[in-house]
Amino acid sequence: MSAAEEVVTEAPAVEAVPKRAMTLGYGTSLVVLAALILTPLFVKNFIIFQMTMVLIYGLAVLALNILTGGSGQFSLGQSAFYAVGAYTSAILMEHANINYALTLPVAGIICFAFGFLFGQPALRLSGVYLALATFALATAMPQLLKLGYFEHWTGGVQGLVVTKPDAPFGLPLSQDMWLYYFTLAITIGIYIASVNLLRSRSGRAFMAIRDNEIAASAMGIDVSLYKTLAFGVSAGITGVAGGLGAIAVQFVAPDGYTITLAISLFLGMVVGGVGWLPGSIVGSAFIIFVPNMAESISKGLSGAVFGVLLFLVIFLVPHGARQVALVAQQLAAKLKKN
Amino acid sequence: MELFANQVLAGIATGAIYACMALAVVMIYQAIDHLNFAQGEMAMFSTFISWQLMQWGVPYWGSFVLTVGFSFVAGIAIERLLFKPLAKAPILTNVAGFIALYAIINSVAGLIWDFTIKQYPTPFGSSPFLGSQLISTHQAGMIGVTILLLILLFIFFRFTRMGLAMRAAASLPESARLVGINTSWMIALGWGMAAAIGSIAGMLIAPVVFLEPNMMLGVLIYGFAAAVLGGLTSPLGAVVGGFLVGVFENLVGTYIPGVGNELKLPIALALIVTVLVVKPAGLFGRPIVKRV
Amino acid sequence: MTPMLNVKDLRAYYGQVQALHGLSFSLNEGSLTTLLGANGAGKTTTLRAICNMVRSTGSIEFEGKPLGNRTTENVVRLGIAHVPQGRGTFTNMTVEENLQLGAITRGDKKNIVTDIERMYDHFPVLKQRYTQQAGTLSGGEQQMLAVARALMLRPRLMLLDEPSFGLAPLVVRDLFRIFSKINREDKVTILVVEQNAQLALELADHAYVIETGRIVMSGNAKDVANNEDVRKSYLGY
Repeated sequence: MSAAEEVVTEAPAVEAVPKRAMTLGYGTSLVVLAALILTPLFVKNFIIFQMTMVLIYGLAVLALNILTGGSGQFSLGQSAFYAVGAYTSAILMEHANINYALTLPVAGIICFAFGFLFGQPALRLSGVYLALATFALATAMPQLLKLGYFEHWTGGVQGLVVTKPDAPFGLPLSQDMWLYYFTLAITIGIYIASVNLLRSRSGRAFMAIRDNEIAASAMGIDVSLYKTLAFGVSAGITGVAGGLGAIAVQFVAPDGYTITLAISLFLGMVVGGVGWLPGSIVGSAFIIFVPNMAESISKGLSGAVFGVLLFLVIFLVPHGARQVALVAQQLAAKLKKN
Repeated sequence: MELFANQVLAGIATGAIYACMALAVVMIYQAIDHLNFAQGEMAMFSTFISWQLMQWGVPYWGSFVLTVGFSFVAGIAIERLLFKPLAKAPILTNVAGFIALYAIINSVAGLIWDFTIKQYPTPFGSSPFLGSQLISTHQAGMIGVTILLLILLFIFFRFTRMGLAMRAAASLPESARLVGINTSWMIALGWGMAAAIGSIAGMLIAPVVFLEPNMMLGVLIYGFAAAVLGGLTSPLGAVVGGFLVGVFENLVGTYIPGVGNELKLPIALALIVTVLVVKPAGLFGRPIVKRV
Repeated sequence: MTPMLNVKDLRAYYGQVQALHGLSFSLNEGSLTTLLGANGAGKTTTLRAICNMVRSTGSIEFEGKPLGNRTTENVVRLGIAHVPQGRGTFTNMTVEENLQLGAITRGDKKNIVTDIERMYDHFPVLKQRYTQQAGTLSGGEQQMLAVARALMLRPRLMLLDEPSFGLAPLVVRDLFRIFSKINREDKVTILVVEQNAQLALELADHAYVIETGRIVMSGNAKDVANNEDVRKSYLGY
């Protein structure tokens, strides 16, 4: 080692999560699933819309969770991928008249490619540097979307209005309810695929990289491939979520995808528990409902409430919802014994 | 050729803003090895405080000094209360902490002073500097203050015992403790100094970008870009990086058609990513080697 | 005479793992004591426990003051200098800055300059390199710098953790000669942890042998050196 170099022994960026703890048991899964399927039958359309948004943001948080909880890389730039997905869907639907359902895989693939490409330079970065690069990406994205060159396609500052789809085959469902079930089906599909991904060879490779990159490369894992792959997969899922989001809110505009969105998604992941996939939905519900409640107390307060809650989570339950779930599980086990 | 020279000059003038912010970024990075994403918001909040003091009738320099003092103490307080307990937590937790701080300060500033744009005075005046149309006396003053700040920091770190102790604590905490340095307080001091420098940056920038809660977001990204370009471990690098980024931004805007004001942030992004990939240690920084 | 450092029933832990199992020993003022033992016996841990760098229980008293609740830097401020394994050199600072750091807690600024001169007398090679970055020094020079840095504290007690590690035999001899000079002339009490038992026993006046976290033998350095078991296990003849 030459003299002018500084040696840093770094702790892993993310605290490791035991693999088995990454999912729910069958029983719990079924209960949650039943609740997700049945609830819309009994609530108002607006609530259904909000539940749809919970699922959509849940997907985006899940995507971040795969990246951070899975492979140990940070991103404060998920809003950028979300935006690209949203615009892809919106442009295809409005300019090319393509069916909304078909735009989603396109959004996913384009975002996968975008994420994979962004992952190339990001490869050389770790920890704070990666956080910085993605932070810059998130702040730069709205300006890119406003760019005059693409105004014909993107609608510039005005954005694009998207038509909300009706239920197909003459099903007797309201638009909101149809979109909810449509989103639910996609969410479940992606959730199952993600769980399997993390249980696969690739998932083990991600986690090995997360825990110790150098050791992972010594075991013969192609670190650069898997790191960029994690970025790609994460961006792809985020893109699908973005596309769904565009359809659900029927509108895309540059200012809907600022750094605030990226921060919200990051917060959702921390609240849900880093590396615990089911927590993504909890985190997503948190970031959707808490600001509403905060706004109803005082306008403009949501940021402060967000921040304070985030600190509380960090200090009191650093593993987020996962920790709460574990405690609940232990309590339940105790009650059973008695 | 004259256009080129003029653009370079104008770039240096805007670069002073970035240089100032980058100095604060480097200060905190030196102390804690993290980038403080709330740095810009802290600076913004300090600037609002000085604005409020002036509204209450305190003269400019009076409020300047009070604000710098307040920021110093506030920086230390934030570290003691919120970040000292996180010292051993993973990076992710720290980043989450910075984000939380960012959200809180931004939102509270909006609550207290709302989001309307406010005029902020300059002590240097805004007439052309030495007859040049491109650089105003305020910008010249800003360059002067930045360089003065850099010299003061250099003297502090090079020739005072406290500066030596801070450097030691930052580079090898365990060895620093073994010579009797209270490293934990050195970190708090680093926060205080970063907050104070940030407040100076904020008060100098406010006359240019106008005062409002979101004024620092773009500046912070550019400050990061400047700090990364100069090398995160070098105050001199931060300042040089700031000026270079300012000049770069201006030249790109002048010579590449279609890249005007609307691409400011993407340029900073491209710059950050390029520097990090090509020369992660920056121009003046020390390379960092990881031990297995 | 009450001992200068008195350690009783010291137990230390790394996470769940216990490294010291009730260690007791004491140092007399002005003595040069060595702590011998194989790899992993707990020598380094003992020194780290004195400076509160590992979690430990038991009592450690320095000149009658308990050290248990003090932070590392406050232990150092009592006049205990610790030269850690691997030397802990501030590699990106100059030799002179390293020396100044050693005296950073001292209030008597005037004497620091003369003390630096004294260090240059002890270690002439450091004088030739005083503006160089400390990281450019050789291993032996860095060890000398580490010792000099520790002495800049004007310590009453100096803890040396394997100062011979990775150094050429001739350099090691020089270094130990300096230790014994410091011990005699500057009246610094020294506790040195060593793997090079032969050399350590030659110079020390008292020795402790430690095995898996327990003291298994103690006594006059000459007696320990003549002990059959010690000879077989640590001296190799």
